[in-house]
Amino acid sequence: MAKTPRIIIVGGGLAGLSAAIKVAEAGGSVDLFSVVPVKRSHSVCAQGGINSAKNLKGEGDSTWAHFDDTVYGGDFLANQVPVKQMCEMGPSIIDLLDRMGVPFNRTQEGLLDFRRFGGTLFNRTAFAGATTGQQLLYALDEQVRRFESEGKVRKFEYWEFLSSVIDSKGTCRGICAMDLRTMEVLTFPADAVLIATGGIGAIFGKSTNSVVCTGSAQSALYQQGAVYANAEMIQVHPTAIPGEDKVRLMSESARGEGGRVWVPKNPKETRAGKDVPEGERMYFLEEWYPKYGNLVPRDIATRAIHKVVHTLGLGVQGLPMVYLDLSHIDAATLDKKLGGILEIYEKFVGEDPRKVPMKIFPGMHYTMGGLWVDNDQQTNIPGLYAIGECDYSIHGANRLGANSLLSCIYAGFIAGPHSMKYAAGLGADPEDLQASFDAEKKRQLELNNHLIENQGTENPFQLWREMGETMSKNVTVTRYNDNIRETEAKLVELLERYKKVNLSDRSMWSNQSFMFTRQLYNMLQLARAVAMGARLRDESRGSHYKPDFPERDDANFLKTSMARFAGAAEGPRFDWEPVDVSLIKPRPRRYDSK
Amino acid sequence: MANKTVQFKIKRQDGPNSQPYWDEFEIPYRLGLNVISLFMEVALNPVTREGKQTTPVNYDSNCLEEVCGSCAMLINGKARMACSALVDNLEQPIQIEPFSKFPVVRDLQVDRSVLFENLKAVQAWVPIDGTYDLGSGPRVLPQVQEQAYRLSQCMSCSCCMEACPQFNESTGFVGAATIAQARLFNMHPTGKVLKEERLAALMGDGGIQECGYAQNCVEVCPKEIPLTKSISDVGGQVMKKAVLDFFRV
Ligand SMILES: Cc1cc2nc3c(=O)[nH]c(=O)nc-3n(C[C@H](O)[C@H](O)[C@H](O)COP(=O)(O)OP(=O)(O)OC[C@H]3O[C@@H](n4cnc5c(N)ncnc54)[C@H](O)[C@@H]3O)c2cc1C
Ligand code: SF4
Ligand code: SF4
Ligand code: FES
Repeated sequence: MAKTPRIIIVGGGLAGLSAAIKVAEAGGSVDLFSVVPVKRSHSVCAQGGINSAKNLKGEGDSTWAHFDDTVYGGDFLANQVPVKQMCEMGPSIIDLLDRMGVPFNRTQEGLLDFRRFGGTLFNRTAFAGATTGQQLLYALDEQVRRFESEGKVRKFEYWEFLSSVIDSKGTCRGICAMDLRTMEVLTFPADAVLIATGGIGAIFGKSTNSVVCTGSAQSALYQQGAVYANAEMIQVHPTAIPGEDKVRLMSESARGEGGRVWVPKNPKETRAGKDVPEGERMYFLEEWYPKYGNLVPRDIATRAIHKVVHTLGLGVQGLPMVYLDLSHIDAATLDKKLGGILEIYEKFVGEDPRKVPMKIFPGMHYTMGGLWVDNDQQTNIPGLYAIGECDYSIHGANRLGANSLLSCIYAGFIAGPHSMKYAAGLGADPEDLQASFDAEKKRQLELNNHLIENQGTENPFQLWREMGETMSKNVTVTRYNDNIRETEAKLVELLERYKKVNLSDRSMWSNQSFMFTRQLYNMLQLARAVAMGARLRDESRGSHYKPDFPERDDANFLKTSMARFAGAAEGPRFDWEPVDVSLIKPRPRRYDSK
Repeated sequence: MANKTVQFKIKRQDGPNSQPYWDEFEIPYRLGLNVISLFMEVALNPVTREGKQTTPVNYDSNCLEEVCGSCAMLINGKARMACSALVDNLEQPIQIEPFSKFPVVRDLQVDRSVLFENLKAVQAWVPIDGTYDLGSGPRVLPQVQEQAYRLSQCMSCSCCMEACPQFNESTGFVGAATIAQARLFNMHPTGKVLKEERLAALMGDGGIQECGYAQNCVEVCPKEIPLTKSISDVGGQVMKKAVLDFFRV
């Protein structure tokens, strides 16, 4: 009998868990690594919902329409074949989640309810209150716990992936990881490795992402030779609440349920929002984009808010803020459909959004770029797969709301079975792999020793703050090449200062600042790829907007940017790959027509 | 206003077998600070109030919006989430301690894996046949969905267990969260196929009978899970099963 394939999955968000279920179900044996208990993964934060063209509202929705909206929303930068497959798989994914017990909101007939999200004219988003991600993650977590109790999944929680183990032929053979409590470094062999480590929000300092979304794993792999694609494509969400420790999201579902964005017409307005009469309000999204109104895609809404605040000088009370208003909708409906996010606003701001308009501003939110993968989710390193937010596929230059949860599960459902097939095709190990494992472990131990013994004056948290500030300032909504160059120079300076980083905690037991400092190096290296990609792409497409190059330029940039690591000092080197536009011909992307 | 500050003290412990000690801090006040941002300030400048060099505080966190269940700790004596604990609403000096009923890992980090083990014991899942396409799930009326959704928001933070007078080593009590999850899956049209097994797991020592209905759990639950209702409901199911089992012999 053939031996049971051993598959390592790094990350237990929606992507990692859905792959784990597929592998375990197919008879594979899963080792699941995660820095936090998987039930606490970032996917719990997703609020608004998950898309699928179930067409239960009699609107004539179809998977093709979903496909078209996604490709158009992403400004044609996504390879089209996987997008089409994802949209076609959507309805069966929703059915499966439903069978797993996700408490989706229901119609009076007991069927799934759907709401509208940005960038589409259909009610296509299934939701569980305003905590959809939490509910989906729990359903998958429960299924994985079931497999765990049957011995098919082994969990390594509070373990951090450090690097992959690559043999002399360039094939991925396992991983090197560190126990976050004992700080022990070990290597683990596997027939295939699936990376599902989420987004890179921490590179921008404050974002809507969770604390562990540092992109450290992706960066480590990029430094080991994996291609990082469309690094420059970063989504800034239009409606977030700036906070001391993070930027908290106010989901697009608020607008899906009728929320309206506005500012007082008078820049000197001093009355509280709710006291400004209707006629003295400017509903700028509805005015500028009559067809989609408040539900234009995120890049469009974000730029509109920046224009209102920075160009027209109409920010609420002179501050970088606009109103997102739900107070015209009755409280009972709001509680049923948006309860979770209203509580967030109440808890963290201290005002009741059922009664007063919320004050919001755009915040860094989502990583469209990521590890390059083929249509089977395999990276350029054989045996290494990437799935979920950490891969670059599906969303192109801008992600549509509620498409991410779907893309995570889709990717897991593709990579899980494919990695099993790949494992079955692996012959007996052609070489003694022990040397590769030993070498990788030695390299990581040396990094650790170096860091723990390093003497210097730089505080890692201060370096992180400075990185976040320069990235947020110059590499988000509006991009100028001069400013980006300034950021690139700053990142090189921070890497230089990193050499003098000083740990105030040198203990070898559950040392969080040590791990953070390790991640910081990877963040800095990846940030350089994001910045340089943004500088090289001299056009405007989706979330990537350069006033000096205001148009989309298909002749020169209908291409995937491919960052390859050239060395610790050199940083990234770029080449470009054509985009598969075989199914839908690129057309101008405009949401402002009637 | 003259240099307003925030004063807080943290009960620290270097490892599971070390002696705990307190570090006191004082930082400049800003609007909108929560307890997590206090830890971030300490990390930027790890110096105590007396000017002693110390180390950044170790604590669990992730979402920072009270949905992942990571950052549970005792704040001014109450079991709650650090990310949603706003400084403006707390009496100073703010006293911050790790949970007392779970093994300390380091500083404010504790080992709460017992809850995940308990969830295995009550088979807190819907046993689907497989992930292949079998069409849509059972129809569910909105009223039923609303009930299930309330229970399904439990984020496994363990505040209810920390606050419960019955949750300790001598009783081995599973705690309110696990009972509520058993109720959730017993309610589900497919999940109820395992109802008997779940109830059996909740019978006997450490089971539901340990609950003294003190209601501390509901008072601290950040997600307002209807815990006492769940306990009495599942208690009823267990009782009924016990009677039936009795006559079955
Ligand atoms: C506030 C918010 C709301 C959102 N709402 C929606 C929505 O309504 N609809 C929608 O479609 N999308 C939404 N999104 C986007 C969506 O939530 C994410 O894209 C998605 O959850 C990512 O899932 P994932 O499985 O790729 O990664 P994650 O859920 O981020 O999981 C990453 C996993 O990797 C682990 N990990 C990371 N690094 C390491 C390492 N080095 N070693 C070991 N383990 C590691 C983590 O522990 C974690 O388990 C939202 C995002 C945010 C921030
Ligand atoms: S009711 Fe009291 S005894 Fe019972 S679980 Fe809650 S806190 Fe514990
Ligand atoms: S029931 Fe409430 S307090 Fe208990 S673990 Fe769940 S969310 Fe936390
Ligand atoms: S950090 Fe997630 S609940 Fe506080």
